[in-house]
This record gives sequence, structure tokens and C-alpha cells, in this order.
Amino acid sequence: MPRIGVFVCQCGNNIEATVDTQKVADETKKLPGVVHTESYKFMCSSPGQDSFKKAIKDNKLDGVVVSACSPHMHEKTFRRAAEAAGLNQFQCEITNVREQCSWVHHDETRKIGTDKTMDLTRMTIQRLKKNRDLTKITIPVTKRALVIGGGIAGIQAALDIADGGQEVVIVEKEPSIGGNMARLSETFPTMDCSQCILTPKMVEAELHDKISLYTYSEVEKVDGYIGNFSVTIKKKAKFVDESTCTGCGECWEKCPFKADSEFELGLSKRKVIYTPFPQAVPNIPVIDKTRCPKILKDKCGLCAKVCGPQSIDFTQEDQLVTEEFGAIVVATGYELMPNKDFGEYGYGKITDVISGMQFERLASASGPTGGAIRRPSDNTEPKNVVFIQCAGSRDEKRGVSYCSKICCMYTAKHTMLYRHKVHDGQAYVFYMDIRSGGKRYEEFVRGAIEHDGAMYLRGRVSRVYEKDGKVIIQGADTLSGSQVEIEADMVVLATALVSRPGADTVAQTLGIGYDKYKFYNEYHPKLKPVETVTAGIFLAGTCVGPMDIPESVSQGSATASKVLALFSSDKMAREPITAEVNKQTCNACWDCVTSCPYVAIEKEEIKDRKGNVVNMLAHVNDGLCQGCGVCVCACRSKAIDLNGYTDEQVYAAIATF
Amino acid sequence: MKIPYYPGCTLNTVAKDFDTSAKESARAVGFEMEDLEQWNCCGASFPLTPDNIMGLTAPAKVLSEAKKAGDRLTTLCSVCYNVLKRTNKVLHDDKARRKSVNEFMEDDYDGSLDVVHYLEVLRDDIGFEKLKETVTKPLEGVKAGAYYGCMLLRPFDDIGIDNAEAPTVMEDMLKALGATPVDFPDKIECCGAHLAMNNKEVVQRLSGNVIASAANEGAEIIVTTCPLCQYNLEGTQESANADTPNVPIVYFTQLLGLALGQDAANLGFDNNGGATEKFLKKKGLI
Repeated sequence: MPRIGVFVCQCGNNIEATVDTQKVADETKKLPGVVHTESYKFMCSSPGQDSFKKAIKDNKLDGVVVSACSPHMHEKTFRRAAEAAGLNQFQCEITNVREQCSWVHHDETRKIGTDKTMDLTRMTIQRLKKNRDLTKITIPVTKRALVIGGGIAGIQAALDIADGGQEVVIVEKEPSIGGNMARLSETFPTMDCSQCILTPKMVEAELHDKISLYTYSEVEKVDGYIGNFSVTIKKKAKFVDESTCTGCGECWEKCPFKADSEFELGLSKRKVIYTPFPQAVPNIPVIDKTRCPKILKDKCGLCAKVCGPQSIDFTQEDQLVTEEFGAIVVATGYELMPNKDFGEYGYGKITDVISGMQFERLASASGPTGGAIRRPSDNTEPKNVVFIQCAGSRDEKRGVSYCSKICCMYTAKHTMLYRHKVHDGQAYVFYMDIRSGGKRYEEFVRGAIEHDGAMYLRGRVSRVYEKDGKVIIQGADTLSGSQVEIEADMVVLATALVSRPGADTVAQTLGIGYDKYKFYNEYHPKLKPVETVTAGIFLAGTCVGPMDIPESVSQGSATASKVLALFSSDKMAREPITAEVNKQTCNACWDCVTSCPYVAIEKEEIKDRKGNVVNMLAHVNDGLCQGCGVCVCACRSKAIDLNGYTDEQVYAAIATF
Repeated sequence: MKIPYYPGCTLNTVAKDFDTSAKESARAVGFEMEDLEQWNCCGASFPLTPDNIMGLTAPAKVLSEAKKAGDRLTTLCSVCYNVLKRTNKVLHDDKARRKSVNEFMEDDYDGSLDVVHYLEVLRDDIGFEKLKETVTKPLEGVKAGAYYGCMLLRPFDDIGIDNAEAPTVMEDMLKALGATPVDFPDKIECCGAHLAMNNKEVVQRLSGNVIASAANEGAEIIVTTCPLCQYNLEGTQESANADTPNVPIVYFTQLLGLALGQDAANLGFDNNGGATEKFLKKKGLI
């Protein structure tokens, strides 16, 4: 006969208000196998736990039920206490009688709440009687981290992990690390030059003996599980031998062919053999194989002739490498929404309507104009510039429903940069709301308005068109209730931040979730903001959603602390709530293999003593299994059970009705 | 190819040229527009309030009639097109309003009709490439501004004929006819619409802006799909105190008919105080 204890928590008045906990304790005491019951004001408090532990010892309990709040809150607390009292922690079960019972009932007589609590508790008791002792699973950990994306978030994550003494590989698809931040001119709210604060970190990453950079590379395939990922990386052919190239620049100086610069967003040209920008890390060029005449039709080859160390190699091919990692940090970043769908703003049609990121390049000392503000059409200095905020953001019909969060700040910064460079220039800003939450952010925006004379107009723009070399902006000023028309020289759109194209494919490769905008899902938006539901894969920066540099850097560091914690021991323990195959009854139909969303079930070879394969049966990989139970439902021969939630346990609970 | 066709009141009366030129042109490019056997006014306005279903009954009656003739219905007037297409969408998507309307009409129309504008038939069924091959008198040297107004394009979720903020369908058609389309900023602005009845000043201001905007970009003739726009633009020019440029305002099917070789005498170019005729003569087209 089992010896079960039942502990009913009053949770102050949270449960007691609609549940007569003493009555529940008294009634459950009458059930077979229950030898001890009690009701207490706060079971989770120190005295509550002490009495819980004492009751286990005194009554020699072999199983306990705690009827209290959701197991998400205190399951760990009570299981730990049960273990301290000498029980296997999986012999402690929680009944949720708060969130799903006392909080949702308002019956003053407390009858409904009390009856329901008794039913729920009785179910847990019956279930507990079928519990087996379980032990935590330990799995080995490969102490090597993969960071996908070499923007500021990824760089920060890599530096912090490497400083913690662990090896890191950064995979970056562009020829250089640096990401979008490398494009920015100055940064809000301190106005320090973006490259001046970023490039030291880039160089540090390059020189760190624990960090390897795989630039011009992409993740192709991810296998394995937490602590034991096996990742296939495609290193795209650079046609330049990285081991001998000195980065002298002779090749791109001499290369006679040009193409639009991706880094400069079409505002200037680059060579066909190129580094994206002067401070590129690594400072090794790549050849654009879609445009190089030597590769396309075996003509030219000038770069190879002028290269001192003979580093050019036109025969290079894409290379696939497979490496082992214990954890993965995803920091794939963002891009700006393509503006072509916004006909009323004339983007793509009117040359002097540019995006915010293009303005950054105009204002940047390393940009196409050397930092002078010049409009693209005729290279003259614009005297009136209109900034249109929320181009695509907060516009569910035509753009995205969310606020892109950083635009209010960078637009204020743009107006300042503009006034600092064009003293007699006037900036106009059309805005919906000014969202400047953040340390010293509001003061920054006030500075743009009060010191640098930006004219803020609350309202939307209805039309932008060209007239006699000017850009005419028609819009509404809703504060004065009038229509306004501005003759400007240039228009800058604060375009919505969106996820990278292909973000969904990357998520599918990694087995992590994403939302309808293809931003990656956190495990919990508040309490686990850098974790994903797939153990061992972490998120940092704008691949999660719009955020500014401080936030991206914080997330990068946060993922590093998670990775370092994971790498702190050679083996890691995890909950034993995993599926298990009964090898006697498995008939190898493989329905479980196809149904498992975590690719956790493999086909195991059963061998005889001589080593001949005699059978193939399903086998669950404990490292990968997340305990979802899909395979249990799929199994036609009922050969799979979920530890902690066996059919026997579930049926026993249901049968109490 | 035969497509059931809803003329609407205006095209049956004051804009008869719009109707005949369209029908003749359709025959030339390879389709036949068949007038519905029975039809009534489309209602000329779409009820914006969801609880008002009375306004839906007139267009619903038209749609129900059209369904008897086929699965598609084409029309020319921007207002008729707008009202029919939107009503059709409501009857298709909104079960409750469909039920009420049908109970009132003692009918069971389900919104399954495909309402298309004549321009869509030209673009999607015939194709502007094919149209170009059919042209016998290319409108060379004609700088034409395509004026869309409101009803052909908006609201874009319901109508969706083209990009509502930067449409090109009429320009593409004009190109096929050999003309030179002129883009102008006000091409999707409002002409003033029904304010022509009670506030002529607003109409003169708005329509005047449209004409001036087109003329400023070099348009020598303005092309429209809407009898009300045509009326307002032309009225603005004719009014004594309007100092707007005298640009001919024509329906797109009139130029279409001319390019396809129809007899200019039947195309109704005698409006606009003779300005249209004069212009076309100058270009050597009539």
C-alpha cells in the first residue's frame, strides 16, 4: 500500500477565498493510500517547506501531492524539498488549483472551487500511485560555440564567450563581420562614431585566440542536440587564398570592373574584387563570381597578375565543412523593408527619396560623399530635407503592424547630423508619435528640436512627387489641423525594420520557432528572452525583433552567460521527461520517426552476438527528445511511452471520474 | 469570348460614346460585351455602415441578374465598377449581410461572380502586347495624362486593380496604342465628385488642380475612366471664371477606338467646345 501525503496550499487568500482547503485536506485523507494531509497558508514559504519535509520523514511518505499554484511556479521548489527529505523528486506531483481553479471561480459559498480542487487532487493522487522513480539524464557537452551572424550582437556574444575561456566560431555570410552597425555614421544618444566604437571590437574578435572567423560562409545543416550539435557550414569560394593574402589592396585598385556596392546600398560602386568597406575584418577581398570576366569567360585576370603573394586562385570552389558545437547563438540581424510598395513616397522612382540607412552612408565619413550631405540626383547640398517616419511601421495594411522602435531616435539623430553639416539647412520630420523610451533618449530628441531646429510635424504624408527639380511633399499637420506642402530637396524614409530574407529557412534548419514576420521566438518573452524552445540554441539582437545597439549588445552578452553556464561542466543534466520505446512491442513502422518534430527518434540496429544486424527498432535519443508526446500518439503498437506521463498514469487520473 | 456587361445609367444616356466606343473596340481585339437583359441603377454609392443594407440591394440585384448570364461581369464606369465589386465582396464574405439582402430581394445570390473592369479584360485576357498588334492608327506624338481619380483604385483591399498609390494600367494601355503617357502627381487625386451638385467651388479647385498638374507635366490630353470625373474636369474648364489650361478630357475607350481604326465621327470627339477635335486634327489623327 502506498503512503501518500497531500499538501493543500491556501496561498494567502488566493486559493482560500474560493476553496475550503481544510475540507479538501480532511476529505482526501479518507482516500486509500493517503496517510497524511494538511492545509497551510503558504506552502512555498520556508516554514511551509520545513513542515512539508518533516511530514515526509515522520510519515515515511513514498509520494507527495502539492495542490497549489501552477507547476511553472513552484514545482522545482517542492521537488527539491522532496529530494532533501529523501524522496525521488519525481514522486512529487503538483496539482494546479490556483490559476486553473481558485482564480477562475467566484462562488461565495466556495462549493465549486472546493469540489473542483478535490477532483483535481484526487486525479493527481491516482496518477502519483503509478509514478516510477526517474533519474535525471546526463549528456556530454562539446565546449565550442557557434555564433551565426557577425553583427554587433554576434561579435559581443563571441567576445564574451571567448573571454570566458571557450572556443567560438563566427559564421558570417558577408565578406566582413560588422553587420549593419558598420554602416552607421554616428550613434544615438551619445553621437559617438559607429565605426570608432565597432571596429576595435571587430579587430579584437579577429585577433582573439579563441575565436575563428568564417566569413563569406553560411550554415547549411544542423544535426544533433544541446551540447552535441553537428553543423555543416558552406564556405563560399573567395577566390583568394586567405593564408597568404596580405590585404595590400593592389588587386582592387587595379580591377577595371565595377558593380553597385551592397554595403553602400547602391549609392556608389565597388570593384568586382573587393572588400565591402575599408575597415573590413578580415581585410581580405573576395571576387564577385557573378561579375568577374575571368571566371565567367576567362578574360582579364589582372588581379592575379598584380598580386604580390600570388593569392588569387580562380579555381577555388565552395567548400563544405562539418564541425561539432555544444551551443549555438543565432544573431542574424535585420534589414530594412523594401520601399517599392509605397508608391505615395515615390521611393525607387524619385532619386532624391532615400532610406534612413542610405542617409547614414551619406553622413558617414567613410561613405560615398566622405560625410558631406549631398543629394543623389545632382550631388548638390540639400537645403530642405523632409524625414518621414513610420514608413511601413505601424501600418498593418501595407507594411508591418509593429513599431520598429529605433526610427524615432535615428531620425532625431539624422536631423542633428544634417544641421551640424548644413548650417543653413532645415529639417522637417513627419511623425505619428515620438517614442523615445530609454536612458537620455527623450533629452536627445528634445535637443534635435530645441537646439538643432528640426521642425516636427505630427501627421502623415499623403504624396511625394517631383516638380522642377524639387521634391514636393504633401501631408497633414494634425496638431494645427491643416494641410501642409513642403518643397524639399531630399526625402529620407524611416523604413520599417524587417527580418532577413531567408530567416524562415534558417529557423527551419535550426529547428527554432518564428512569428509571422519571421522574427525568432524567444522561449519566454520576459523571463527567457535569449533562449529558444530548442535547448542549446540562443538568440541575440534584431533577429528577435527591432532593437537598438545597447539592447543587441546586452543580448549578445546574455547569450554568452547562458553558453558559459552550459559549458561550465563536462556533462549536463536534464529532466528525464522523455519518450521510451518498448523494444518488445515495437514493430518498426517508423511512424514515430516521421512524426517527431525534434528528429529525436532514430532507427537502431539490433545485432546478435556475432555482430550481424538482426532487426531494426525505434530508439529515442534522450538528448534531443523534448517530451512532447507526439510519438506516443503516433505509435500504432503502443510501444512508446512518455516517462513522467505514461499511459498508465494518465488513464489512472481519468479513471477517478 | 463573350462577357456579360453592365452599362449603367450614365453610359446609357450622357456618356453613350463611352459605351459604343468600348463595345466596338472590344470586337476589334476579340471579345464581345453582352448587355445584361435586365439591369437597374447600381445605386451609385456603397453603404459604408455595416448595419445599413438597403444600399446594397440595388447592386445586389444587378449582380444576381448578371450571375444568370455567366460567371464574370464587366463594366466601364468607375463608380459602377466600385459599387458592384465591393457589394459583391460583401455578399461573398459577410454571411449575415448576404442573408439579409437575399431575404429582402427574395433571391439567393452568393457573391460568386467575378466583377472585372474593362481595363482588366484588356490587360489580363487580351494582353497589351496583343492590343498593340491590333492597333491600326498608332497615336504617335499624343502626350496623354492618365487620370484615375478615386473609385477605380480605392479602397485597395477591395478593388486591387493596380497599385493604388502608383498605378500604371492606363499608361501601359496608352503605350500599347502608340501614345506617350505622361505621369503627373495628381493622377489619383479626387475631382470633387458629387460636390458638383452643391459646392461647385470645391470641384473647381480640385478638378482645376488635376488639370493643371497634368498640363504642367506636359499632358496635351487627359484620359479618364469615369463619367463623373469627365463631367467635373470638363465643367471646370468650361466655367467662365476658371483659368485652367484648356486640355481635352476624353474616355480611354475613345482613344482606344481611334487607335483601332474606328470612324472618328462615331467616337464623340465633338464635346469640350471642339477642343478635342482641334487637338486630334492638329496631330493628324482625324
